[in-house]
Amino acid sequence: MTVNPLDAFRAELRDWLAQNCPEEMRDGLMTEESICWGGKDWVFTSDAQRVWLERCAAKGYTVPTWPVAYGGAGLSRDQEKIFHEEMGRLDARSPLQSFGIWMLGPALLHFGTHEQKLQYLPPVARGEVRWCQGYSEPGAGSDLANVQTHGEDKGDHWLVNGQKIWTSYADKADWIFALVRTDREAPKHKCISFLLLDMKGGGVETRPIKMISGVSPFCETFFTDAKIPKEQIVGEVNRGWDVAKYLLTHEREMISGGGAGLSGGGRALGAVIKDTMDEMDATLRADAMRCEVNSLAIGLTLERYKDQAEAGQGAGDASAMLKYMGTELNKQRHELMMNAGGSDALEWDGPVGNRAGDWLRTKANSIEGGTSEVMLSIVSRRVLGLPG
Amino acid sequence: MAKLVMNEEETMLADMARGFLDDACPVSKLREMRDAGVTSDAATWKEMADLGWAGVLVPEEAGGSDMGFAAANVIAHEMGKTLAVSPFISSAVIAATALRQVNDARALGALAKIASGDVTYALAVDEGIKFDPEGVQMEAKADGNGFRLNGKKQFVVDGASADRLLVLARTADGLTLFDIPADRVGVNCDASNMIDARDAARITFEDVEATGEDVLGAVDNAMDILKPAINAGQAALAAEMTGLSVGAFTMTVDYLKERKQFGVEIGRFQALQHRAAHLWCEIEVTSSAILNAGRKLDEDSSVAETAVSLAKARATQTAILAVQEGVQMHGGIGMTDAFDMGFYMKRARVSAEWLGDYSYHAEKIAAERGF
Repeated sequence: MTVNPLDAFRAELRDWLAQNCPEEMRDGLMTEESICWGGKDWVFTSDAQRVWLERCAAKGYTVPTWPVAYGGAGLSRDQEKIFHEEMGRLDARSPLQSFGIWMLGPALLHFGTHEQKLQYLPPVARGEVRWCQGYSEPGAGSDLANVQTHGEDKGDHWLVNGQKIWTSYADKADWIFALVRTDREAPKHKCISFLLLDMKGGGVETRPIKMISGVSPFCETFFTDAKIPKEQIVGEVNRGWDVAKYLLTHEREMISGGGAGLSGGGRALGAVIKDTMDEMDATLRADAMRCEVNSLAIGLTLERYKDQAEAGQGAGDASAMLKYMGTELNKQRHELMMNAGGSDALEWDGPVGNRAGDWLRTKANSIEGGTSEVMLSIVSRRVLGLPG
Repeated sequence: MAKLVMNEEETMLADMARGFLDDACPVSKLREMRDAGVTSDAATWKEMADLGWAGVLVPEEAGGSDMGFAAANVIAHEMGKTLAVSPFISSAVIAATALRQVNDARALGALAKIASGDVTYALAVDEGIKFDPEGVQMEAKADGNGFRLNGKKQFVVDGASADRLLVLARTADGLTLFDIPADRVGVNCDASNMIDARDAARITFEDVEATGEDVLGAVDNAMDILKPAINAGQAALAAEMTGLSVGAFTMTVDYLKERKQFGVEIGRFQALQHRAAHLWCEIEVTSSAILNAGRKLDEDSSVAETAVSLAKARATQTAILAVQEGVQMHGGIGMTDAFDMGFYMKRARVSAEWLGDYSYHAEKIAAERGF
């Protein structure tokens, strides 16, 4: 009798997780305090966090679908589903989160050279280098292609000057990937290059921005005569917008995942609310039910788009839908959690933890990575073909 | 693992169905039937049977095409786009799935007649204003070797034209499912004048005799047979409603591109663009739930209940939104009887109630999710 290879994979993985996932990492937490971001300056919050990262990195499980050569485990789409199911079964924390995984990885895997992939990706997979994203500028928000940060051609390098804003965790990052204008004359979509810069190599300064949630995940980042060697470019010169667009699609799917992957380790909203309330009132329960129905359906849509991508049908502009639906849902969910928490939820780090901070943070979801209104405009023009 | 992507056979089936339905069942056909006071269309059902649709869930040995639940959803979805009138969900999906659970020679004979289109069925469950199969009160009292049925059913969709009825009634220790001819003595059918101009009926049962032969499955144990049948019906109905949403949406977007006000196409106005885009997003998300329900039913219909409820809950929300937005974006013309949007709105409302409304299905999901 032959064993289904997927069943065999599942059995082996289950064993490995049982033996290797430390007990302290089995609480399914995805909070600001529990996440491991990695990077040169990373201080592990516990020995268990360090051990869990090292063990996963050795198996390629920090980036399970990346090729083995670049630090991943080379899992197929079916294996990836099993991986997430088995991690979920143990309530295992994600061993590593980073913009390197979410953003740089997809960009390099699609547009990078083999040498670039070998150079940059394994350190990301091992959690050794932390990346941030330099996209928005004070004058380039929804109109992102209007970036003004300039790279002057100096032969073997670009000399970069300008300012980025909303650079997430720039103050903690080692490297930045940035959209830089490398041609002052060309039309705005044909003058941008996608450059990689060592933030500790001089000419870069960051200043955290305090947000309404009380923390400073975002920064302003200033470039003053920063030198970027010519080989630190992804894709062709002046064709960075192609890379940026491709990545925005990824970013949108990632942010929308926050809406469908239930916060609280995949637990149902109802269960989270129940922890706070002895008796859910009828109105709140009805609202939570509606949220749950939509959340399950959006989760399935994420799965469907992944299956379509595997079948060679890219989501393209339709990813704007995922971003819009997922983030609006996430905001609703956090409103309901605040409602359920009552006055307990109104204290910073009160009886229900950082619920207020999390709630305030979600308000950015429908702004970052393209506002809900920009998403709807993308759908209406590019998917529905309505006149612009 | 089954993929949440339409496979090649399903895409071909959808294209073929579309080709047939555009000719045989455009919305204008429903309008003609409504104007003539006709609620069923036996000739078209026979043609659909010839295409293999009536036997979509009937085994090949009984002359069916046995394409599975996801395929049934594909057909229902296409039917919804132009509001095709047929007993597809009642006969080909619900009755066929119920009979298939029974799996004896008599059931196989009945399945053959469904597949050929010679016999149509309707499901008689509702007694009050809401779908509640577990709460059925109609009595089937033991009488000699058989039973006597007394009671009233309402909202029996396809009930006025059906040849046979699946009747859910209460017996000594539970619920029992009966399969009886619609013309049996004591069965009185009163066609309802439905807002969507389709066939539905109120049916009274007065001392209707039933034998052990008329029982589907085991006495006092209807749900073993009926639950999978209802699930399949709910999934197909959800698919049909999503087709309806797509139909209403397509008309609306076409109108936004044509209609001019202030000297430009109204589709240039961002307020309308965003309404249309939001509706498209809702339809996309609901489509995933439909696809998932079909896949889950085909994998193992006994554990597909939550997936089906999710599909019906989402399809209901989305269809109600699609027709309201459809009327709003068409403006005054959308309110006229001469325009088709009203047909979509009425069908959406009727389908929203049939086989469990939004709350019914949301409650099922809530129970499964632990609150």
